[in-house]
Amino acid sequence: MSRINDVGGMAGFPAIVEEPDEPPFHADWEAHVFALNGALIRRGVYNLDEFRDAIERMPAEEYLAASYYERWFAAITTLLVEKGVAVPEELDLPDERDRPHG
Amino acid sequence: MSDHPSSVISARVRHVEALLESRGLLEDGEIDGRIDEFLAGGSPANGARIAARAWVDPGFAERLLADANGAIRELGFSMAGGLQEQRLKVVANTAEEHNVVVCTLCSCYPIALLGPSPGWYKSEAYRSRVVRDPRGVLREFGLELPERTRISVWDASAESRYMVVPRRPEGTEGLSEEQLAGLVTRKGLIGTAAV
Repeated sequence: MSRINDVGGMAGFPAIVEEPDEPPFHADWEAHVFALNGALIRRGVYNLDEFRDAIERMPAEEYLAASYYERWFAAITTLLVEKGVAVPEELDLPDERDRPHG
Repeated sequence: MSDHPSSVISARVRHVEALLESRGLLEDGEIDGRIDEFLAGGSPANGARIAARAWVDPGFAERLLADANGAIRELGFSMAGGLQEQRLKVVANTAEEHNVVVCTLCSCYPIALLGPSPGWYKSEAYRSRVVRDPRGVLREFGLELPERTRISVWDASAESRYMVVPRRPEGTEGLSEEQLAGLVTRKGLIGTAAV
């Protein structure tokens, strides 16, 4: 079964938008997510294929609602839990800890 | 997820970083070092140098199209600088055929030669549409190709990356290789612009 990331040829997406003088990252946190992922892969916490897979198995509605680096961060936190590095509650901000985990 | 204000995700990222530092999985300053390294790395100027060399040196052009990984080493470039070596295929535009690159599944891109990819390259809009209607998409980018020009779309993957050598513009016979490289744009190297 194809996953939501497999959009080649799919109809219904809007016109392509170009951003003039676009910076590589739109916020500091995006750069941090990018670097964090590289650090975890090099350290062997997970590999590149596992990272890609973690993005691609996001629920379709979450995948489509997320920005590019929001997807990366979601995949990183998914893998940190699956690899036993952290439990979900530890990844939340202290004031977010009462929200349910899906 | 996008309903999180930027400050919330920013705080969450910092929180995870601190947690990983406390577990010994991140070193102090490691993140900043990696960001600096990335931003100082690839740039479209690298791809432009390769394209210009291909224009002025037919022998190089032949080697480039046959074995891009080997040929770019002649100019000091490599596809082995990332997490794993990627196979590179370079395709050249002609009067008969235009080439354009996409990654329909995610955002695979020759970062070593082109630098960070533009947002539109990673968008669902580009990824979904350029394989179905390349001529229409190129028109949106302002590139109107003659009906007789064939369009090939190259879909990058985890292991394989692509780069386009645009057609050398007419009237550039007197330019130096460096001046020629200055004509080549990032979009030209992806295939969404003529040069």
